[in-house]
Formats: sequence, structure tokens, C-alpha cells
Amino acid sequence: MAEDNSYLKDFSRGIIKENPVFRLLLGMCPVLGVTGYLVNGVGMGLASTAVLIASNVVIASLKNFIPPQVRIPCFIVIIATFVTIIEMMLQAFQPVLYEALGVFVPLIVVNCVILGRAEAFASKKPILRSLVDGVGVGIGFTLALGVLALVREVLGQGTVMGPDPESAIILFGENFEPMGLFGQPPGAFIALGLLLGLVNVLFKKFHI
Amino acid sequence: MERLLSIIFIYILVDNFVLQRFFGICPFLGVSRKMETAIGMSMAVVFVMTMATLVTWLLYSFVLVPFNLEYLQIVTFILVIASLVQLVETSLRKISPTLYQGLGIFLPLITTNCAIMAVALLAVREEFAFIEAVVFGIAASIGFSLALVIMAGIRERLEMANIPEALQGSAVTLITAGILSLAFQGFRGMLTL
Repeated sequence: MAEDNSYLKDFSRGIIKENPVFRLLLGMCPVLGVTGYLVNGVGMGLASTAVLIASNVVIASLKNFIPPQVRIPCFIVIIATFVTIIEMMLQAFQPVLYEALGVFVPLIVVNCVILGRAEAFASKKPILRSLVDGVGVGIGFTLALGVLALVREVLGQGTVMGPDPESAIILFGENFEPMGLFGQPPGAFIALGLLLGLVNVLFKKFHI
Repeated sequence: MERLLSIIFIYILVDNFVLQRFFGICPFLGVSRKMETAIGMSMAVVFVMTMATLVTWLLYSFVLVPFNLEYLQIVTFILVIASLVQLVETSLRKISPTLYQGLGIFLPLITTNCAIMAVALLAVREEFAFIEAVVFGIAASIGFSLALVIMAGIRERLEMANIPEALQGSAVTLITAGILSLAFQGFRGMLTL
């Protein structure tokens, strides 16, 4: 039973209490850079999650073979390998998303969430727990990207599921004038700042 | 020459790396609390970014492309940047201990500064020539420094301000960055390559 609890804790910690974006402010570049549209934000979140889970598992299983002095370069090479795999897969199967995310796909390699989990968790804990941790933190990261992207897309474009006109759902009537600011760089900073404020209020209210 | 000048102008003001492109947000939020650390970090970034663009461009054009190894781009670039940072750190300690004392603590942080990786990747993606790539690296790092130093100046004053409780800390910093970004938005469309 105690074992089960610790898995649950590993899983939920990354989503709420130590949410990488809203609580720890890690991996901010893609958070701000690709959240103009919900599809892009969630796509980026899932790509990062895949890299995070894979690198967590591999690092946890290799932890006894990696000499502690050179562990950071080893982690980086492992992460970079998975990023290359994800980049190629996106290019092959999701070319539209790949184009939209642009240079932020290879930049997953310097996402501090992934290296942070490798250093703080996967390099010390067993394989299964690292897997659970990777899934939890990944969901937390994707969730944060999704929430921010949803806010920005609804306010900045007045749609959900854009930019592809076939899947885009127009939310408001014809007279709605979207707040272009939220589609542009300043809006990303301001929306995330306000969301952080909201999260602070909620955490205080529910004593998390 | 004209093209070089426009690269400088674009990447310092129009397409500022931090405020318009969102590269290097972590150090931007992390070390902008004091002017002194902001300047230290800026100098370290200018140094490493210029070197990194130079080395990765040469490596990409003369090793990876001739041998059809473009798919190794990410692994190569990150290793080059990591070892470059290490090299700069070690040589600086030997050559100029005073400079090392100023930049020392910021150097290890730079490995995961995504602005460095971004500049290396973009120099290749935009198909810049060698000189253009180096100028691009310098301009991007000056743009980064400009944003960091302005932000540090604002945050030093913000310490004294009366901020609503929920927005204290990083929330108000992000909103401030948003307003700053709005100001840089004024340069939008002034120049394109």
C-alpha cells in the first residue's frame, strides 16, 4: 500500500504541486513561444512529454553505468538523441505541426524541465518510478501549455482548434473583434503573468 | 554591408531574441533581479554566443553537410556548446582571473540557455553566409543583453513598488516583460531581410 502511495505521489506531484510551468517556472521558452494556438501548444507539450518519459527511463536504467563526473554531458546526449527521433517523426507524420513549431522542436533539448528531472529524479530513483514521474511532469507541462494556449487563442483569434480553417471552431459572432495583442509576443507574457497570479490565488485558497 | 547592418538592427531591436522570439527566457527571469548580475550574465552570453555561432556554423558547413550527417545536428550542436562553455571557463580561469570572477558563476548556466542553441540552429536554417552568421550571433547576444539590462533596471525599482499579493514575484515580472515587449513591438516591420 505504501508503495502504491509513493507512485501516486510521484505522478501527481508534477501535475499540481510542482507543476513545471506554474510553480517552478521551468521550460519557459516553448511555453511562451508556441502557445498562439491550442493545437500547437498541446503538440509541443506532447512532444516534450515523449522526450521526457523516454530520457527518464533510459537515464534511470543506465544510472549505474554513468560516471558521476560526466553525468551531465551523458544526460544531454541521451536527451538530444530522443529529440532527434521526435523531430524526424514529427517531420514525417505531422508536417504541419512541425512547420508551426519551427525551431522550438530541436530546442526541446535545452528544455530545463527535462534535464532537471534527469538530474533531480531519474539519476537517483528506480526505473518504474522515473517512468511515473516522467508521465506526471509531462502531463503537468502539457496541461500548462494547453491552458495558456487556450486563453491566448480564444482571446487573440476568437477560435479554438485553429489555425487550420477546416478544424477551427469560431466561438463568437461576426461582430467579435479579436484582441490581436494576445496572438502576439507581448500577449504571451501578459497572459502567462496573469495566469500565474490566478494560480497563486487558487493555491492559497485551497492551501496546496 | 547593407545586409549586415540590417541583420544587426533586426536582431537587436525588431526581432529581439528575448522579447519577440522567446529565446533565453529562463536566464531573463532568473538573473534580472540585480543590475550587477544582469551585466555579468550579458557579457558571458555575448562571449559564448558569438563563439558558439562561429564554431557550429563551421562544423555544420564543413563536416556535417559534406558527409550527409545533417541528422546529427542537434547532438553535435549541444555537445559543441557544452564543451565550449567548459573550455571558456577553464581558459578564462587561467588567462584572466578577474574576468573569470565576474563571469564565472554564469558560465555553467549558459549551457542550458536556449538562446545559444537557438542562435546556432537559426544561423543554419536561415542559410546565412559565414560573416552573416557571426554578425547574427553578435547582434542576437546584444539584443539579449539589452532586454536583460532594461529588465534588471525595472525590477530594481519594482522592489519598492506596492504589488498585489497574488502577483508578487514572477507574475509581475512576466507582466512587466509583456509591457516591455509591447514597447519593442513598435519596431515591428521596420526592416526585413
